[in-house]
Amino acid sequence: MSVLVFLDQSEGKFKKAAHEAATYANKLAQSQGGTAVGIAFGSIDSNSLAEAGEFGLSKVVHVNNPATDNYDSRAFAKAISAAAEKEGSKTVVLSFNQRGKSLGPRISVRMKAGYVPGASALPDSDGNIPKGVFSGKAIAHYKINTEKKIIAINANTLPPEKVGGSAEVEVFDGGLSETDFAVKVISKEKLSGSIPLSEAELVVSAGRGLKGPENWGMVEELAGVLNAATACSRAVSDVDWRPHHEHVGQTGLTVRPNLYIAIAISGAIQHLAGVNNSKTIVVINTDPEAPFFKAADYGIVGDAFDVVPRLTEAIRNFKASQS
Amino acid sequence: MKILVPISKVPDTTAKISFTDNNTKFNSDGVQFIMNPTDEWFALVRAIEIKEKSGGSVTVINVGGPENEQIIRKALAIGADNAIRVDTADDDAYFVASQIAAHAKEESYDLIFTGKETIDYNGFEVGGMVAEMLDHPFVTLVSHLEIEGNTVTVKRDIEGGHEVVEVNTPCSISAQKGISEQRIPNMRGIMQARTKPLEVKAAVESEKLTQIISYELPPSRKEVKLIDPENVQELVKLLSEEAKVI
Repeated sequence: MSVLVFLDQSEGKFKKAAHEAATYANKLAQSQGGTAVGIAFGSIDSNSLAEAGEFGLSKVVHVNNPATDNYDSRAFAKAISAAAEKEGSKTVVLSFNQRGKSLGPRISVRMKAGYVPGASALPDSDGNIPKGVFSGKAIAHYKINTEKKIIAINANTLPPEKVGGSAEVEVFDGGLSETDFAVKVISKEKLSGSIPLSEAELVVSAGRGLKGPENWGMVEELAGVLNAATACSRAVSDVDWRPHHEHVGQTGLTVRPNLYIAIAISGAIQHLAGVNNSKTIVVINTDPEAPFFKAADYGIVGDAFDVVPRLTEAIRNFKASQS
Repeated sequence: MKILVPISKVPDTTAKISFTDNNTKFNSDGVQFIMNPTDEWFALVRAIEIKEKSGGSVTVINVGGPENEQIIRKALAIGADNAIRVDTADDDAYFVASQIAAHAKEESYDLIFTGKETIDYNGFEVGGMVAEMLDHPFVTLVSHLEIEGNTVTVKRDIEGGHEVVEVNTPCSISAQKGISEQRIPNMRGIMQARTKPLEVKAAVESEKLTQIISYELPPSRKEVKLIDPENVQELVKLLSEEAKVI
């Protein structure tokens, strides 16, 4: 019995999310005595495809239709379901990211397979799958009632694990025809030089306490030495000090980094909803009563304008001593 | 443009989350329920703006019991024209999507417009499932939307950027922040909402593909370790040696 895993790519390269999903699929397949098979779309070089085998995939099915260089959830879901059928896969694994969030529900309907969106670990010994609910305030254990199963995993659920090996690559048309594509891409805008917030392992975030957009230089500098993404609170994006796509919180983006540094953010419950699942939280705030300290692992009660530049310097020195 | 906006009822953001029956049921005692914010602020408000500009209609649909009529009336007060409530429990996404799709098939809407996710189960499921059941194109994480004739032009998030894409109606869209601003219903809207049509429908036959076996609260964080602001080196050391994140 095989597990099929969707390998998400960007500009011809597999994303970290794809390697995490492959690792998850491989572990799941092993626990069932089966193998894991990947499915990839569009232009990717053949070496990258075969290298996916290092994460434990025995085979990668490649839908090399050039039309799939643009993302269309309907066409992708059709091809993935067709590949699952062809490979006899009872379980499909994907990443709970931009594409996975539109693919998971579609494949669930196509295959009539129960779906767990945002799984936070492998199934337990009873086959139940944990997932964060109520914006990280609780965990629910899901049972899938159908034999076929769809699991979309959160970022940073499992670290990508290389186990060696190379995958056989098989070209597959996915049963796609021109009429399956309905989304026409007019233009693309990449945010240059920045690390995508939803994939970032380290995040430096700041709030209204910084007084104005002109003071973000020190936030970017700290993010720079850490190789972290920058983020902000809703109050900051609402007044356009920072772009909306940096807004972390209930109505913005949910992040799950290993480290979240919150500078001059009080920690309203709506903001915490977006960062609850961070592994380590550092809070820097002048107000010792700021609610964020209750959700933090480490805290500094102090003025950001004084603390942040010195912290940046200390991390720079630390990095230099490590290399 | 004939638009259907599925809306969901969720606990208020500040609600205390707890469970009963040996951690198998959500404890709704004393919890205030609201319309899911992304459904309300983004999908519903943008749908009403489109109607105000170019005509057509906005219907809201909710799957749930009579207690949900409070949020349905609010949607009508904000400006939806009419509402459907499918009278059944909403405990599985596939089951809920089947109810919405069954209604949508009878009415041939041009656009099914959802919010990006509910703030209770954070699943991002129903919109995509309905789209597949109706064989619609489905574009998610949309932060800007314009309609010209039967062409819908939207800006969607992609990893590390944005894309502008076009789809033709009928289609399904899931909206996020940026697409519109929250609207507070005015007194006239609230008065009108009382007499706008709210049709109660019986559920269609469908299946529940998943169920929640149990809940747990996440392990509470340890007490915060406070570090002297004069000694930032100590924080660097803890992040490196204790938390092992840098």
